[in-house]
Amino acid sequence: MQPSTRTFTANARQALGDRNLQAALAGLPTGLVAQRAAARARLPEFEQLRDIGRDIRNHTLEHLDQYLEIYERNAIAAGAKVHWAKGSADARDVILRICRDANARVVTKGKSMVSEEIGLNKHLEAAGLEVVETDLGEYILQIRDEAPSHIVAPVIHLTQAQVEEDFRRQHKDLAPERRLEEPAELVDEARQILRRKFLTADVGITGANFLISETGSSIIVTNEGNGDLTQSLARVHIVIATIDKVVPTLEDVSVLLRLLARSATGQDLTAYTTFSTGPRRPGDPDGPEAYHVVLLDNGRSELLASEFREVLRCIRCAACMNHCPVYGAVGGHAYGWVYPGPIGAVLTPGLIGIGHAASLPNASTFCGKCQAVCPMHIPLPGLMRKWREAEFDQKLTSWQARAALKVWGIFASRPRLYHFATGLAAKALRVFAGKRGAFRSLPAAGGWTQYRDLPAPQGRTFQEVWNERKEGAS
Amino acid sequence: MSRDEILGKVRSAMGTTASPAERRQLAEARIAAPPRVPPIGRVSVPEAELPAVFKSEMTRQLAHVVEAGNSLPQAIAAYLEDAGLPPVLRCGDDPRLARLPWHEAPNLTLNNGPARGDDPIGLSHALAGIAETGTLAMLSGADNPVTLCFLPDTHIVIVRRSDIVGSYEDAHARLRRHLGAGRMPRTLNLISGPSRTADIGGKIVIGAHGPRRMCVIIDGTEGENRGA
Repeated sequence: MQPSTRTFTANARQALGDRNLQAALAGLPTGLVAQRAAARARLPEFEQLRDIGRDIRNHTLEHLDQYLEIYERNAIAAGAKVHWAKGSADARDVILRICRDANARVVTKGKSMVSEEIGLNKHLEAAGLEVVETDLGEYILQIRDEAPSHIVAPVIHLTQAQVEEDFRRQHKDLAPERRLEEPAELVDEARQILRRKFLTADVGITGANFLISETGSSIIVTNEGNGDLTQSLARVHIVIATIDKVVPTLEDVSVLLRLLARSATGQDLTAYTTFSTGPRRPGDPDGPEAYHVVLLDNGRSELLASEFREVLRCIRCAACMNHCPVYGAVGGHAYGWVYPGPIGAVLTPGLIGIGHAASLPNASTFCGKCQAVCPMHIPLPGLMRKWREAEFDQKLTSWQARAALKVWGIFASRPRLYHFATGLAAKALRVFAGKRGAFRSLPAAGGWTQYRDLPAPQGRTFQEVWNERKEGAS
Repeated sequence: MSRDEILGKVRSAMGTTASPAERRQLAEARIAAPPRVPPIGRVSVPEAELPAVFKSEMTRQLAHVVEAGNSLPQAIAAYLEDAGLPPVLRCGDDPRLARLPWHEAPNLTLNNGPARGDDPIGLSHALAGIAETGTLAMLSGADNPVTLCFLPDTHIVIVRRSDIVGSYEDAHARLRRHLGAGRMPRTLNLISGPSRTADIGGKIVIGAHGPRRMCVIIDGTEGENRGA
């Protein structure tokens, strides 16, 4: 996927003026956020499980080479074909080759963020394959030619009316006077259309929420069942997963599953949690005849070796973006690449380079909510701060910001000068503010005074009061 | 070769002095004996109370739960009649189902084999019911073609009362006893209610791509109906 991360500021400005988007985002606090809180409240062990989950992920990352090799061994023993891919192009090539070897014409797909990351659909389509997204949200995006704006709820930016419009435009062979007023009617229409695709597909591609070393299995969690129809009805099932998805055992994955659905949608568990291991067995009347797993690195091994390793604990629940005031204001597309919100602000610079994504770690108020709700305790604000440091070190920060920081540095490293200057500035502001004690507008403070008055400092400076109290106390 | 390059990069990121053999041993040992997870309070109840927890959680997941004490075929027929559904079922080659006294519900038609796109009702037997979240553990195979769980509009699942366990871990322990450690069927499906989506306007709609209805029948019958 081509990033538009460089234009975050412009993207955000546009998003703030988009009425459909703002209407759609307004539902977050009473929707996913409230649902998570309720699910968490129903499980008193939740916080304890978070700690255990974090430790499982840390342990796995510390032994990732071993768990990957054990996973591969057990997957192959169950009949899987395991392919390793260093980057996007390698993964796309492997998948296209498997499709060609299977003489595939129609490819169905379950929801996969990694497939977005590597730009899979366009590649397969360019080779003449019909690619059908089967997750309802992803299907809507496909007919709109748009990217997901959220990693769990991909069309969270759209209103129901927009979807109706899309269906009427796309499904031309259906009666134009049909009713499409209820979400259920829209869902039903997509169900009928996609049912035919499931039954005619040659290859089904899914992602993986986890891979299990113990059994060589891949796991997907879904609510619609599309991922299951995708992998059960096609002759060939291809799983695309990055190397950080592996966990040691069924027990470990049980802990993570308890955290995933609750953090994501506030469900205790999604309707479907599917463990796939190898192709259909001798005597099985259905299921895929071949099962391929593409293990993709695409920057994960570099993150593993870096000070950003902790981001690889992510289980893609999206709680961080659901609770983020910046995401809640501008939505996911403004972030300009596959992973939006706080997790994107940390992951994206790591995957496409800080030079392409320097705005993202700055798109944060550092309120800390993302870290507070992250089931894997990823210190997202701290990691964003590290990216800001990297941005500064690589001289990617604007010259104005650098100059301002330099000036501030001169004062901040000289306490006497700092006290003198701030005392003087406070006095000056007080004098210029006059009787009102506040400014309606002030040069270089337009961002503030556009919406409210800027109060002038009153009384003495904090340092003066502090020193006086210290003296009084002694 | 990509594999060796990727694993080499991962290995060099590990920053450890331990030998690969030592580290492998550690990983294998952890797989053989995974750390115990503290018990989940919701299912830390006497075994006899688990079915009630299962029933209440499964109902929360929007499944219809029936406790059958006498005849399973009659319970199935009654559910279908109440719901206004056709008495035509598709099921796998499952001895546990074959042994049921189908003559007690003569109006039911049973078809064998994997589901087709137009089958109205799929019938399966679960390996276990998991009380923790109201979840069924289903294994794919000739006895339970995986498409039965997803293609028909209605999915009826039988679970024995004695197969209702507390947690996911308990279900995995049963699976290991059933198939052997480390072994899996082509698919293990953990199913918690009918298919659903909230993609349009955040409103939950039941019946997205999979079943629109799920009926869970808790088998409380004794004696000759019970399978191996």
